Amino acid sequence: MSQIPSQLVEQLPAIQLLLTLLAAPICSMFRNGDLSWRIATVASWASVACAFALLHQVWGGGSISYEMGGWPPPWGIEVVIDELTAIVLLLVTLFGALVMTALRESLSSIMRHQRQSLYYTTFLLCMASLIGITITGDAFNVFVFLEISSLATYTLIARGRDRRALTAAFRYLIMGTIGATFILIAIGFMYMLTGTLNMADLSERLPEHYDNKVLHASFAFFTIGIALKVAMFPLHYWLPNAYTYSPKATTAFLAATATKVSLYVMIRFIFDVYGVEFAFGQMQLGTLLVPLSIAGILVASLTAVFQDDAKRLLAWSSVAQLGYMALGIALLNANGLTSAVTHMFNHAMMKAGLFLALATMIYRTQSSSLASLSGIGRTMPWTTGAFAILGIGLIGVPFTAGFISKWYLVSGALDKDWLPVAVLLIISSLMAIAYIGKMLDVMYFKPAPSEFAEIKEGPKSMLIPCWIFALLTLYFGIDTRLTAGLAGRVASNLLGAS
Amino acid sequence: MIVGLFNYWIVIVLMMAGLYIVMSSGHLVKKIIGLNVFQTSVFIFFISMGAVDGGTAPILKDGFTVFSNPLPHVLILTAIVVGVATTALGLAISVRVFEAYGTVEEDEILAIDRDNREREISVSTVVTESSQNERDQ
Repeated sequence: MSQIPSQLVEQLPAIQLLLTLLAAPICSMFRNGDLSWRIATVASWASVACAFALLHQVWGGGSISYEMGGWPPPWGIEVVIDELTAIVLLLVTLFGALVMTALRESLSSIMRHQRQSLYYTTFLLCMASLIGITITGDAFNVFVFLEISSLATYTLIARGRDRRALTAAFRYLIMGTIGATFILIAIGFMYMLTGTLNMADLSERLPEHYDNKVLHASFAFFTIGIALKVAMFPLHYWLPNAYTYSPKATTAFLAATATKVSLYVMIRFIFDVYGVEFAFGQMQLGTLLVPLSIAGILVASLTAVFQDDAKRLLAWSSVAQLGYMALGIALLNANGLTSAVTHMFNHAMMKAGLFLALATMIYRTQSSSLASLSGIGRTMPWTTGAFAILGIGLIGVPFTAGFISKWYLVSGALDKDWLPVAVLLIISSLMAIAYIGKMLDVMYFKPAPSEFAEIKEGPKSMLIPCWIFALLTLYFGIDTRLTAGLAGRVASNLLGAS
Repeated sequence: MIVGLFNYWIVIVLMMAGLYIVMSSGHLVKKIIGLNVFQTSVFIFFISMGAVDGGTAPILKDGFTVFSNPLPHVLILTAIVVGVATTALGLAISVRVFEAYGTVEEDEILAIDRDNREREISVSTVVTESSQNERDQ
């Protein structure tokens, strides 16, 4: 009996990917939306359990290597799971499963019953491919999964009710394909130099080519390509519209996962494949990343303050928050990287929660303009309560998750004696107070428009996930073993590898 | 230099042409054509990279001694599938855009959106003014 569980544990990395990947076609076979929602929800929660099991195995600095199909690396495709992978896996699966749980109620008002199962299929495919990007140890695999996730994302966005969702999806499709093709070119150059696609093998073979122009070109293509995918300022052009017009609950999933996983790919390649010395020493990535991320934080925060559509406001805030993560990477010290990884997790949690709470409000009001949300704190007190907690977390008030990541970021800037940067970070937090405060002010203190005076509290299946997000935000503001503790170890690992 | 690297020159020309079409054209379908040209250039790049002069497919038999590297070619098979999927999705979205807007020219779509927004704003200001009037009365 004890044989079977140990074999099962060995196969966990493959199971992690297959759960959602196999559930997707099964879902598409049913015409009954409820049934496929059940299958999708069970599959995504099972994959959360799987992610927890993997995290448990690598906890404390371990790493798992799994040979897909029994072919040993570097010939076969290797699956590598270390602590950074495990936390990103947990982020994708947990937040994906929470959104999936709320998705049925959210979809019921905008989509015919028979069509829903296809939507769940796309959602599961997106989740599976994001898991694939995270766990793979093969550079070309990253490209393939990146494209699968992008194709699924375009479809999810295009299903928005507003017709502008179509143009937003098209714009994202163009930008995303250019980005992914750039990454493909970068991988091609690396393959030309080394003859390998395995990431661990690449990192061993690339140092002898550090002076080769081909590698420089490869790095340039990769940086631009992945920056498009991460929506790093000033390549964020596609993000605000895509988030604003995509269907309500879907935005929560996209905001939580898509850009974060791309950021993970960026960290993986810069630190593990190309190497810190090459990226920041020879190619001077820092001189590019620091000013651009600071400009991004300030410009996007300022733009967010002046939005009058709640979804668009949060989308702009996402651009700003991605700037924090990029800055954390660019600081290139333990505190900075810790903040980047922590904020990746915390921001995914808070933004997914905010978008989900917003989706619950829109479920009742049918509009995301701030004017129609006024006074909603009285008609939907529980939803607005969760929204307020998550919003305060996003500002970075002590005892919320947002505080932890900002604390590390400011310490990272101070470690480098970059006082102006620390000051700018605090100014940007004030801007966050302005835009979150603007929304809370409208929600709590403005009178409700007469047509929305009688709306009821949101449905439980959406409200409970919102509150789970809100409570997690408070929990990770106090217990930081899972977030900052792990991120600290990851940071010293990444920096120590150089 | 030019003859020996002929494939790579073609790659550069196609890549730049494709990117230029994507950026300069406002027609959604033309954008997708540009994207396709751009992707194809990368396919040629990978295939040229694996090719060996006079090489054959890797067949283990007497008489075949020089082999091309099959791996890049296999990679590109995958990339072609991805490219086809992207094209199909892009065209599908263009059809939906045409149904929703009656045009696939980006400028016209932007103009329609702008008109709509201005109308919404003017409607909402009228509404707030009228509600204020009611309150005053």
